[in-house]
Amino acid sequence: MFGLSAKDTRFLLIVMFLTLATPILLQPFPENSAMAQFNAGYPDLMQKFAIFGIFAIGFNILFGLTGYLSFGHAAFLGVGSYTVVWMYKLLSYNILPGLILSIIISGLFALLIGFISLRRSGIYFSILTLAFAQMSYNLAYSVLTPITNGETGLQVYSNDPQMLAGANAPTSPHLFGIVMRESSEFAVGGWVFTFNNGYYFCAIIAILAFYLSMRIFRSPFGMMLRAIKTNQTRLNYTGLNPRPYTLAAFVISGMYAGLAGGLLAAMDPLAGAERMQWTASGEVVLMTILGGAGTLMGPVLGAGFIKYFENIFSKINDNVLHSWFAFMPDGMEDFLVALVHPFVGKGWHLTLGILFMMVVIFLPGGLVEGMQRISRLFRRKKATKPGGPDHEHHPKPAPHVAE
Amino acid sequence: MEAILLQILNGLDKGSAYALIALGLTLIFGTLGVVNFAHGALFMIGAFCAVVMQRLLGLSFDQVDPSKTDFLGNPLVVQMPYVEKWFGPEIGAAIIDWSVPLAIFLAIPVMIALGFAMERGLIKHFYKRPHADQILVTFGLAIVLQEIIKYFFGANPIQSASPEAFAGSFDFGVLLGFDPNVIIYPYWRMVYFLFAALIIGGVFAFLQFTTFGMVVRAGMADRETVGLLGINIDRRFTIMFGLAAAVAGLAGVMYTPILSPNYHMGMEFLVLSFVVVVVGGMGSLPGAVLAGFLLGILQSFASMNEIKSVIPGIDQVIIYLIAILILLTRPRGLMGRKGVMED
Repeated sequence: MFGLSAKDTRFLLIVMFLTLATPILLQPFPENSAMAQFNAGYPDLMQKFAIFGIFAIGFNILFGLTGYLSFGHAAFLGVGSYTVVWMYKLLSYNILPGLILSIIISGLFALLIGFISLRRSGIYFSILTLAFAQMSYNLAYSVLTPITNGETGLQVYSNDPQMLAGANAPTSPHLFGIVMRESSEFAVGGWVFTFNNGYYFCAIIAILAFYLSMRIFRSPFGMMLRAIKTNQTRLNYTGLNPRPYTLAAFVISGMYAGLAGGLLAAMDPLAGAERMQWTASGEVVLMTILGGAGTLMGPVLGAGFIKYFENIFSKINDNVLHSWFAFMPDGMEDFLVALVHPFVGKGWHLTLGILFMMVVIFLPGGLVEGMQRISRLFRRKKATKPGGPDHEHHPKPAPHVAE
Repeated sequence: MEAILLQILNGLDKGSAYALIALGLTLIFGTLGVVNFAHGALFMIGAFCAVVMQRLLGLSFDQVDPSKTDFLGNPLVVQMPYVEKWFGPEIGAAIIDWSVPLAIFLAIPVMIALGFAMERGLIKHFYKRPHADQILVTFGLAIVLQEIIKYFFGANPIQSASPEAFAGSFDFGVLLGFDPNVIIYPYWRMVYFLFAALIIGGVFAFLQFTTFGMVVRAGMADRETVGLLGINIDRRFTIMFGLAAAVAGLAGVMYTPILSPNYHMGMEFLVLSFVVVVVGGMGSLPGAVLAGFLLGILQSFASMNEIKSVIPGIDQVIIYLIAILILLTRPRGLMGRKGVMED
């Protein structure tokens, strides 16, 4: 189905199900219960899962397949956001024209940057992309203020033309009348599920983006990109010029980033220059590596993981900690709270840094590799059971989808 | 003419900082072949060594001063720093005043120990891994170091003053026959430049004129052969890592009066220093120093109003623009050697 093998179709269907059921799956704990703070089923966070998932999927097409480590992808994110807000200002709050234009413009921008940066490889490529992104960021803050509105950030004012806006048009981002920020709530028992229009819009686009990246991974073009990562010299000797392929991968991943940036502005009609800063580029690198570069599912997992902990960990403060350890004797409780305190709340970046180092040191393949190792462990246990099938004479377990 | 001289002077102190950090980065890259993204964090920790020193010297106890009374007529309780008690009020006050230069003596052992710990505990395991992995793990380490500092010292910049003796500005123009007050230059920036020149000179002399330096240079050229000659090159490279960390730390200590240290200052300098290293040529020590000063001076030229009015925004992007131009025309950088990082 959809031009995929049966296994991939199954995988895609699972992803579709997981994405569409997120509002339910991420609310495992009843409201009012002590664990409710671990629920992630609120619209803001779910939108971020989908949007940064798209961003990381796109980044993975470049980094995971070709091995070119770009440190400047946030520039495209920012360009996408600015485009969408400008379309709000000029046309109307309908998000569609802005999103389409954000893909096109960030694609052109990526073509320009990629054409220059891809003349070099390795760390030189990283520095070149970093330089371009920092240039865009600095310019957005200073000289380009008429376009970007500088430090205030670009937003829609009441005296903007909005030429296509009808008399009764919604006054926040919408898709042909479907207002993004509106959501419907369902209470079942103690649980409250929020189904948000914006999230579902992002989710559908994310599924499409995932499907597209799956097709790219499976296509001859994807094989070509992997060949570039494995051995570029040999590719040259075969008489193939890798540049057009890498450039195409760069532009595609730039367009993904532009789309993600556009969606950020579609959920919240604001665009600021800090989206282009190199820390934002670093974040998408973290997401991809943490999840597992070069795998289909990894970047999405990484994005969800980081965004979840950013929101949940940073909410835990001392009071919450005290209530957790309340069952212990007083001295013990204070000691444990003091021990955990630096790692949560404002210090969650510390946890992220440590976690990230651990992943790079022990699990270079990211979370996906971790899961594979665990599943292999279980499989081996089964195989060694007395009387069990001799695995020497069985076909190897099917490789993971991404291999 | 005056303006040009002034901009060159202004560029020197920033250029010195870039040059020092880039020198350390290049030392590490040239010896161990590791791209160290945590080097900016080392610079930042050096700056916080100065803060710690300031606080240590400021440690004080309450003392009843019989000669003064508070508004109720009771004897006044004043805070008396221990240093003033031990060394007498005048010498004690002078020591506190000189806390930033004195922090050098704290920073050297701290940074060398930190460098050793980093190299032995973490970097050692990454020699054989791809450069991307090295970048990523040191990037993670930089986040961790930064957050630890933030936890102990808070997120706000901490002011630390230079000694009283260097507080003013030096009228440089009079010396060269210009009108007074045209070219003035703060004393401390001059001190910083001289200090940087001293360290850079020291590192080069160390590498050039000592047996240890000779072995290290031989190891940089051909690690395997030096190892085969029965020399424990790994140990020497570890020491070089400690030295590079100390250079970054000292650059940070002395920079505190110019820029109040905050926990993310390292990242800002790191990005620029990497650009400096690449412009200078990966693995070339003179290239790193040259590019550091060059970019520092160019940056201060670009922030002149005359130039900004011709090309708006140039001051924000000049460094990156230069880097892009250099990388595209001279891929090895200004003084890069053949065969370094060209795979």
